Amino acid sequence: MIPVSCYLVLSGILFVCGLLGFLIKRNIITIFMSIELMLNGVNLSFVAFAAQWHALSGQVFVFFVMVVAAAEAAVGLAIIIAVYRTRETLNVDQVNLLKL
Amino acid sequence: MTPNPYLWLVPILPLAGATINGFFGRRSSKTAVTAIALIFCGAAFAMALLLAAGFSSASAPYYIDLAHWIRAGNFQVDFSFYLDQLSLVMLLVVTGVGFLIHIYSVGYMWDDDGYYRFMAYLNLFMFFMLTLVLAKNYLVMFIGWEGVGLASYLLIGFWFTKDSAAAAGKKAFIVNRIGDFGFLIALFLMIQHFGSLDFTHVFAAVRTLPTENGPAGLLTAIGLLLMVGAAGKSAQIPLYVWLPDAMEGPTPVSALIHAATMVTAGVYMVSRSSAIFERAPMAMMVVAIIGTLTALFAATIGIAQTDIKKVLAYSTVSQLGYMFMACGVGAFSAGIFHLMTHAFFKGLLFLAAGSVIHGIGGEQDMRKMGGLRVYMPWTFLTMSIATFTISGFPPLAAFFSKDEILWKAYSDPVHGSWVFWLIGVITAFITSFYMFRLWFLTFFGDYRGAVAHEGPDSSRAGATAPHGHGHGHGGPHESPWVMLGPLVILAILSIVGGWVGIGDRFEHFLAPVFQSGAVAELAPAGEAAGRGTEIVLTLISVSVAVLGLLLAWTLYLRRPQLSARIATALGGLYQAVSHKYYIDELYAVLFVKPLIDGSTTILWHGVDQGVIDAAVNDSADAARYISDHARHMQSGNLRSYAGWVAAGGAVVIAYMVWMGVR
Repeated sequence: MIPVSCYLVLSGILFVCGLLGFLIKRNIITIFMSIELMLNGVNLSFVAFAAQWHALSGQVFVFFVMVVAAAEAAVGLAIIIAVYRTRETLNVDQVNLLKL
Repeated sequence: MTPNPYLWLVPILPLAGATINGFFGRRSSKTAVTAIALIFCGAAFAMALLLAAGFSSASAPYYIDLAHWIRAGNFQVDFSFYLDQLSLVMLLVVTGVGFLIHIYSVGYMWDDDGYYRFMAYLNLFMFFMLTLVLAKNYLVMFIGWEGVGLASYLLIGFWFTKDSAAAAGKKAFIVNRIGDFGFLIALFLMIQHFGSLDFTHVFAAVRTLPTENGPAGLLTAIGLLLMVGAAGKSAQIPLYVWLPDAMEGPTPVSALIHAATMVTAGVYMVSRSSAIFERAPMAMMVVAIIGTLTALFAATIGIAQTDIKKVLAYSTVSQLGYMFMACGVGAFSAGIFHLMTHAFFKGLLFLAAGSVIHGIGGEQDMRKMGGLRVYMPWTFLTMSIATFTISGFPPLAAFFSKDEILWKAYSDPVHGSWVFWLIGVITAFITSFYMFRLWFLTFFGDYRGAVAHEGPDSSRAGATAPHGHGHGHGGPHESPWVMLGPLVILAILSIVGGWVGIGDRFEHFLAPVFQSGAVAELAPAGEAAGRGTEIVLTLISVSVAVLGLLLAWTLYLRRPQLSARIATALGGLYQAVSHKYYIDELYAVLFVKPLIDGSTTILWHGVDQGVIDAAVNDSADAARYISDHARHMQSGNLRSYAGWVAAGGAVVIAYMVWMGVR
């Protein structure tokens, strides 16, 4: 059996990939995908623990996260389309109207 | 005690008049204002007469409980009024003299722009004074006490556009606060130890306590604190300084408030508290000493004043000193007797002086008067009666009352002393001298004023320059009858007012109030033996009055240049006296200036600006400085926000890992 630490390392790698992508990339859609990556990294650690401790609640949590992520994807893509229509760009550095 | 459902009407009537005139007087005609003021004040007087008619020395006191006020456990204070022989005397004096002065004011203040205001204030004063006099407990008395102070402040500063009047009003108010502080502490002591402020309860509790012959105790403390209050209100040493300045007010105010009624409130209060004072001999002695010293001290200042009203003001202080001397030697009824006659003749003196001032166009300097007996015969006649009265010539009113005081001061077995009597007689001599000086300077010799003057002092509010606007005065003239009528009535009262004291009738009338001991009747044998001494003392005091008259006559009528020569010969002493012994300057250096400097440097610049303002301003500055830097975090760069979130998360994880490792 694969030890849980391996899952956790993979989960951490996925999360850091997502985080770095989030911080570095400028395209909104890429950022959006990075967020999904981070969520999946977290999901992986949930199921890993759930399997180790035979606790069902970890898997239930993953379903919740997936549901919320789906909803978020729908709303987020809609926002992205709206942003693109008004700003005609997907570069986050130019979407800075709330700056002081 | 008998309930009397009408008692509360006496003070309420003038209040109604004050309210109506105060709210609607500006828009109504002067006639309407006059009618309201006089009707309500006269109604109070009529009520007082009605009450007096059914009252004798044997009557039980009337009372009425109007409403609950304070209920706190066992302690309770009600709005309630009370009328016994002592209040009745005060009631008649206040309403009677007050009504006459209301009538006089109609003539004196008619041309003033603030006529309705003046009448409203006068009525308001009557309300508070009657509350003070008719109170059934110390707290209601205190309402009246503070209220008359307020009315006094308003009326002293009646011509508030004049700086000196506004300052005099403030001075009166502030000096009175010092006295009121003592009064309040006395009330607190009573609440703590007797659990009540009701006169009957307090005095009943006091009578169970022993006389404090040895070390001073509670009653001495209460007595002394009450005396502090009385000294403030009744202008005794060391708080008398406000009264002479209070002469900035219109003359009817000086007559009503600063001679006849309000300033006697202290005497009334001390007499009312006689049960307390009788059990505190040390407090009694302090009262007597303060009274005696004030009488002498103020009289000497009166000699060198040139302002006719200032002379009368110092005379008032001095006469009040007599009353306190009487209270201090246990002769409370003699003090009240003198209070009554004083209300008549001093009210008359002020009103007559007002008539003089009115008649020669607002001049108050006696050096610019003279020879006025030709121009204003009625004023001269009434003023003469008042002058002879205050000097103690028999059979005028003050002869009886002043002699009563001097005799009691000499003969009282417990509190009396020949020292009090001697100083009293010296004061009587000085009184006679300065009053006749005033009389000769004003009415005899040649008229020394300019022919044309400014209008009456009602116009001083606006124009201070001489020969300003106002109706031109062709020369001195007699006042209208609306002013002379009260003068004549008061003159008659000044003559006959003392006769009620013949054969100790006045004392017997007040006996139920002061029966508790120290006014012990002399044994019949002692009475007979004392009779001879009393006659000798009376002769002495009458002869000093004549002496004063002769001296004044010599100095100011027969050889006028002599007085100036004496003044130069005395040099520094004369300067000191004419500058009122530099007491005002002394107070200014001792109290006023340190207070103002301390307030300015410590409280204003130090505490207010340095601490309070600084704290507020600095915290505002700090908030602005911090936010000015913090706002740069909101760059609008989405990825920098994400970076902050990530950094924050990293810090939290690092913390948790560190905690877990530990």
